[in-house]
Amino acid sequence: MSIFSTKKSWINLTIWVLIIALIIAAPSVLPVFRLNLLGRYLSLAIVALGVDLIWGFTGMLSLGQGIFFAIGGYCAAMFLQLNSAGEFPNAIPEFFGLYGVEKLPFFWEPFKSSIFTLISIWLLPAIIAGLLGYLVFRNRIKGVYFSILTQAALLVFFNFFNGQQKLINGTNGLKTDVTQLFGQMVGSEIMQRWFFWISAILVILAWFFARWIVRDRFGNILIGIRDDEARVRFTGYNPVIFKTIIFSIAGGLAGVSGALYTVQSGIVSPQFMTVPFSIEMVIWVAVGGRGTLLGAILGAVLINYAKSLVSEALPASWMFIQGGLFILVVTALPEGVLGWIRKGGPKKLLFLIGINKKLETYPSLEVNEQGEVKS
Amino acid sequence: MQLILESLFNGVAIGSVLLVAALGLAIVFGLMGVINLAHGELMMLGAYSTYITQLIFKQVSFLKPFYDSYVIVAIGIAFLVSGTVGILLERTVIRRLYGSPLETLLATWGVSLILQQFVRSVPLAYGSGLVIALFFGLFSPLFISDDLLLGAKGKLIRACTWGFSALLGVATGGILSSLVSKLSRASARNVDVTAPAWMRGGIDFVGITFPKTRLLIILITVISVLVVIFFLDKTAWGIRIRAVTQNRPMSDCLGISTETVDIITFGIGSGLAGVAGVAVSLLGSVGPNVGGNYIVGCFMVVVLGGVGNLLGTILASFSIGIMTDLIGAGRLLTIWPDMPTPLYSTIDFFATTSMARVMIFALIVIFLQFRPTGMFPQKGRMVES
Repeated sequence: MSIFSTKKSWINLTIWVLIIALIIAAPSVLPVFRLNLLGRYLSLAIVALGVDLIWGFTGMLSLGQGIFFAIGGYCAAMFLQLNSAGEFPNAIPEFFGLYGVEKLPFFWEPFKSSIFTLISIWLLPAIIAGLLGYLVFRNRIKGVYFSILTQAALLVFFNFFNGQQKLINGTNGLKTDVTQLFGQMVGSEIMQRWFFWISAILVILAWFFARWIVRDRFGNILIGIRDDEARVRFTGYNPVIFKTIIFSIAGGLAGVSGALYTVQSGIVSPQFMTVPFSIEMVIWVAVGGRGTLLGAILGAVLINYAKSLVSEALPASWMFIQGGLFILVVTALPEGVLGWIRKGGPKKLLFLIGINKKLETYPSLEVNEQGEVKS
Repeated sequence: MQLILESLFNGVAIGSVLLVAALGLAIVFGLMGVINLAHGELMMLGAYSTYITQLIFKQVSFLKPFYDSYVIVAIGIAFLVSGTVGILLERTVIRRLYGSPLETLLATWGVSLILQQFVRSVPLAYGSGLVIALFFGLFSPLFISDDLLLGAKGKLIRACTWGFSALLGVATGGILSSLVSKLSRASARNVDVTAPAWMRGGIDFVGITFPKTRLLIILITVISVLVVIFFLDKTAWGIRIRAVTQNRPMSDCLGISTETVDIITFGIGSGLAGVAGVAVSLLGSVGPNVGGNYIVGCFMVVVLGGVGNLLGTILASFSIGIMTDLIGAGRLLTIWPDMPTPLYSTIDFFATTSMARVMIFALIVIFLQFRPTGMFPQKGRMVES
């Protein structure tokens, strides 16, 4: 049986062709400013995928994804700064001079290499997440306690990064838009176009990766942990290992996302580690539909786009809208928009208003492609 | 000796702010398993109540002679304001989410965003009018006999009380905004609460100056804790609250109205946040974000202290307070000046307020490796607990 034999495969193929065409065409259609925003939001979709993996599938609500996001960003920014620091005194980034630092701190030394940086962007956050996660999960700390601890960790990292002027330029953060890469300014139009394409491709890759994780037995155990952790443990699995692995994968995704976001927004600063930003990541997933990977991507992109449009028009009202969105989604749409649609929400809504009449007199049966009743 | 005493006092002062703020959070968390991320904003409302009370005492002629005692009045008002908003929050949002603590966390975060923006974009006078309308609307049914409320015209009577409260609220807003010009415009700027004359300065004792505001805050904390302990241990509703904390389904079966218990607990917990807000307003300027500075400290207290035990909350806040002072102010270095160099440089590295938080978090995570459920865990045989 060829893969194009069914109608569904043809629809899928069409959708993919459309998506790829849109990605290729976007830079010539959208103005530079909007393209840059879209690229940033696509990179945020990657961190949202990570949040969906740990919250939507494993049931752990982390309010500290900003840590890993920012660390990824710092890795990328430091690489760019180090490689365009030739003309500054001591051949180190300019800001070091402001604080009287003459020698590059030792841990930044390897970041001169591009390969090391490309690896550390995802590996470093993943290791930190795994370590932090292991220490917490080992003691069966979960639920609200876990959320609070991650939030506290976030604040701690924020304070730490804020206070270290001599190592990472403290509050001011690291700028990337005036640095050079391949002989081009990172902030230039052509580089931004490439970053947009890279973000779009990485979102798709991250989506495939996440789908591969949750579709397998590994994914089943994650869902088992979400629904009844004690039973998973009694069945002979050790939840600690699975939780640690998935938390560190989410950390790695956050790192990649942070690096892409940094090069497109032109700066990385401790502001990436503020409490509201990390909670926002959760709400993207909640609105899009937790437990649905596509929902996380759509939620991240659409909510951020709505945010920028609303904040341009009515600056004060976004907080009200965002707060209302939190309450509304949690109380009325706990599955998120995509989950609601998949569970037949629109039909029920039409039925409630009285437009659509219920036709079946028997409980509907689920049928597969060959017309056999699914058991 | 003097150094140790001073350090101890500072630690207790920091800890007492934490304690009064975390007390309400701990009670609510113990009872309902709900983490209220809007707790900081309830504190903020308490702080703003202090500011409004102060302005009223300054502007209204017949209250002027009593200006010095406005802080004490403010404590009561802050308790009522935050308690009212808390009860409204429980009735409208949290009630729907029992049994799903993570969802509650997100919903209360939404509430906190709305409250912050509300303070920024609504004039304080009308804000207080709204709170007064809510207060009378929520509480007036308690003073009308059940016969009337459940009778044929019950709905009409309820509607009338709400209408009356709304009128009262509008009137209050109008009067306040005409009396006190500072309250009639919305402003996102921080405001300052000035302590009355008798609270400025300090008391000298064995060569150390104890600031009076700090002493007052410690006093407020001690009284709040004593009142809460008395309430939980001796009154009928307190005993019911403890019963529901221990075993909700069984209490329900024995005829305790768990719904009422939830409302009372949430009201008291939120009210205590308001009292904490008064304390906070005496320490620094008051702004829409003032609660956020304290909220994570409160969470750490709850995590460290364990659930359902006030002693844990008290010990945890004081130990965090004392540790903050010892590490953050670099007092260890002054107490023990000739410690070995590597240790010295490590401690010196952490000797700022923000770095002290880093250190304390690390210490708490280490502590949780040995006692995962806090200092005084609730005993039980459930797998999940």
